[in-house]
Amino acid sequence: MSDKMADAMADPLLATRSLRKSFGGIVATDDLSLEVAAGEIHAVIGPNGAGKTTLVNLLSGLIKGDGGDIVFDGRAVSRLRPAARAHRGLARSFQITSIFADFSVLENVALAVQARSGHSFRFWRPTGDDQRLRGPAREVLARVGLADRAEILAGNLAHGEQRQLEIAMALATEPKMLLLDEPMAGMGIEESQRMIALLDELKADYTMLLIEHDMDAVFALADRITVLVYGRSIATGTPADIRANADVRDAYLGTSETG
Amino acid sequence: MDLTFFAEQLLNGVQLGILLFLLAAGLTLVFGIMDLVNLAHGSIYMVGAFIAATLTLWTDSFIIGLLLALPLTLAFGMVLEIVALRTLYARGHMDQVLATFGLILFLNELVRVIWGPAGLAIPLPAFLDGSISLPLGIVYPTYRMFIILIGIAVAVGLYWLVAKTRLGMLIRAGASNRTMVGALGVNVRLLFTAVFGLGAMLAGLGGMLIAPINQAQIGMGEDILILAFVVIVIGGIGSIRGAFIAALLAGVIDTMGRAFLDVALLTFLQANAAETAGPALSSMLIYILMAAILFFRPQGLFPPRGG
Amino acid sequence: MISTMFGKPTAWTTTVLLVVFALMPFVAPAIGEAFYVDVFTRIMIWSIAAVGLNLILGYGGMVSFGHAAYIGIGGYTVAIFGFHDITNGFIQWPVALAISGLAALVFGAISLRTRGVYFIMITLAFAQMVFFLGVSADKYGSNDGLNVWNRSTFEVAGLDLSIDDNMTFYYVIFALLLLVIYVTRRIVNSRFGMVIQGARSNDTRLQTVGVPTYAYRLTAFVISGVICGLAGVLQANFEQFVSPDMMDWPRSGELMFMVIMGGMGSLFGPVLGATAFLILSEVLSGITIHWHLIFGPLLILLVLYVRGGLTGLIGKFERRPPGV
Repeated sequence: MSDKMADAMADPLLATRSLRKSFGGIVATDDLSLEVAAGEIHAVIGPNGAGKTTLVNLLSGLIKGDGGDIVFDGRAVSRLRPAARAHRGLARSFQITSIFADFSVLENVALAVQARSGHSFRFWRPTGDDQRLRGPAREVLARVGLADRAEILAGNLAHGEQRQLEIAMALATEPKMLLLDEPMAGMGIEESQRMIALLDELKADYTMLLIEHDMDAVFALADRITVLVYGRSIATGTPADIRANADVRDAYLGTSETG
Repeated sequence: MDLTFFAEQLLNGVQLGILLFLLAAGLTLVFGIMDLVNLAHGSIYMVGAFIAATLTLWTDSFIIGLLLALPLTLAFGMVLEIVALRTLYARGHMDQVLATFGLILFLNELVRVIWGPAGLAIPLPAFLDGSISLPLGIVYPTYRMFIILIGIAVAVGLYWLVAKTRLGMLIRAGASNRTMVGALGVNVRLLFTAVFGLGAMLAGLGGMLIAPINQAQIGMGEDILILAFVVIVIGGIGSIRGAFIAALLAGVIDTMGRAFLDVALLTFLQANAAETAGPALSSMLIYILMAAILFFRPQGLFPPRGG
Repeated sequence: MISTMFGKPTAWTTTVLLVVFALMPFVAPAIGEAFYVDVFTRIMIWSIAAVGLNLILGYGGMVSFGHAAYIGIGGYTVAIFGFHDITNGFIQWPVALAISGLAALVFGAISLRTRGVYFIMITLAFAQMVFFLGVSADKYGSNDGLNVWNRSTFEVAGLDLSIDDNMTFYYVIFALLLLVIYVTRRIVNSRFGMVIQGARSNDTRLQTVGVPTYAYRLTAFVISGVICGLAGVLQANFEQFVSPDMMDWPRSGELMFMVIMGGMGSLFGPVLGATAFLILSEVLSGITIHWHLIFGPLLILLVLYVRGGLTGLIGKFERRPPGV
């Protein structure tokens, strides 16, 4: 373990303690304690139904846990609503693309910029020529490679581009940490490569929790990996640790090709 | 407080609740399975009343009129589904609300053209026209008791249908997973038409039962429709059990409120203030109840989906 | 998206409509159909309400089936003040708007906790509650309604700005319609407006980028209620009569139809819709007393086949937007 990570472990950016959530009789998150160090990409992998999306929903506040705590940046956020968590610096993307389909690409990102620029009880000035919104929005679009698509209706973008837009909206909120729920879902090989390159470049500036099925991407990007099975963490460690872990191989890696 | 008057009002409340249930059952079934909001459900209630009234005057027998009117209302509902409402299943709720609003205008006017603008009054048969003695010295109109018993019979029958029969199995399956029903090889279109017809018949029955008390009248379906909506919202849309409980709750609270609220208010208000506030408050009571329930349970008392 | 919504496709239609509104008090008497001035006064009043509803229905995606309640509240406030011999418009109007807004705040706060069809029905139920309040108000005429013997009076420093004259009142309403459209235009293009439209498009996403949407949607609901309250104030003054009927649920349905007919989410759509709806009623009812037999199916066909309302329809003929 590197020095940088050892420091961070002492004071993780995000930590869950005994997090629990069940739907009816099905346990989706089971006594989960997870720590994400500042600056790392922490991947969470696991077979379908392992509770990965539930974890992101719990962290971003879209669903309430049945028990346990979430501490982000030194403060408990378990009771905060999604918007308040976003203001604390926790941004997310969605597994199933979630954008404002009838807004232009630029408007999508500008709305995210607006969300972190104070309240929106401003009724009079048009946003159309508001450079305080559009300027930063264009910068973010340039960073994810969508600069020349700014005026297109978001719903008309190609699938891969919509995934990039998801990332752009998350970035536009100026987060401390990104929760990425399968950013490569449904992408072709070429699009995936581009996304991996983008995430690799973003790695320098953001802590990330990465849910991903694409094992090549996970092992290429992650500093550490947690393996979830039936809502429980069965192993956490560096990619090399995980590769060598017999439990993981039994429970997961060996059995499922698609991940 | 006078016990017999209290008991009588309570029974009146139950009777209103039964009527509401007959409307709400079809409304909630149709919503639960076809995802259709049908404002014109109240118009079916009206059409049922007019058909039954006509047949009663024709055959000189309320019972025969009723028995003939039931299959006719069923058929009317099925035709309505095939001609007009089927295309709405795939639409959003707002489109459904607006289109069925147009349908109300049409059906009200159609009834006016066929039966004329005045209502249609029908007499009660002799054996229902009187009062019966209940325990505790309570005397209650036979016909209202008849409505209550029929309503309970319908509720039991509906429970049996949904819980024990193959059609009921499909209905329950349809409410929770529409595509699965199709995958079972069931003719979904036919199922939908049948369910709609069933709901129409129940609404029509409600109209038929009230006709001897209130006449068959144009527009009679609209006010009670809103109450039926309140009922299914309180009960949880799609839940028949919820509709039954909420209907009784709404019927009793509404009736008791109208009967006793001004008296109750007297205990802490001046006489004339209570007299003013009583009727106003009692007419709003059921909506206040709904608002309160939805405030704490936005999905109603018995949300059928997602636990 | 925002810029094209009220952009060129209907600019021509809009201009024609506004010119018709502006000239009607002169044109109608000239062609011997003076009652058209009344018809158009009503059209403009309903247009104001429709623009108000459109703010939440078209832009905010909130399907309120109870906005007649706010028209009723605005109207009744004026009538009840008048009943108690308070005709001063500087008191009547602000209080009427405030009560409309307050009612919208309370009803909206509860209704917006629900979604979808629950929202439709709970807004409907609240409106019925107000309706029955009107019905049970014996002192204020219950079912029979209440006459408004005197229109609101506006006296400033000895200057009498009376709206008793129908011509004056017509242009006051016209000016208020333009004002409401302008204010709505500013709102929908502002940061607030972007949030409202974003919440319609994808509420969850908006929350996760950091906007607590509930407060904004509720504010829009209140603004919309106040605009409908204004329409009620004008209606009470114009008809010089209020009754529970003006807030019965079919009125809410008709108001929705006007918005849909014109085309949701376009600024002038509701004005176009209100005009078409009321003129169609006027014409059809002149043909037969059973005009609902035609009108009902017509409305159904409209919902089923004319997507985007009249604005969309006219837009198709006038100019095909590129790439659609």
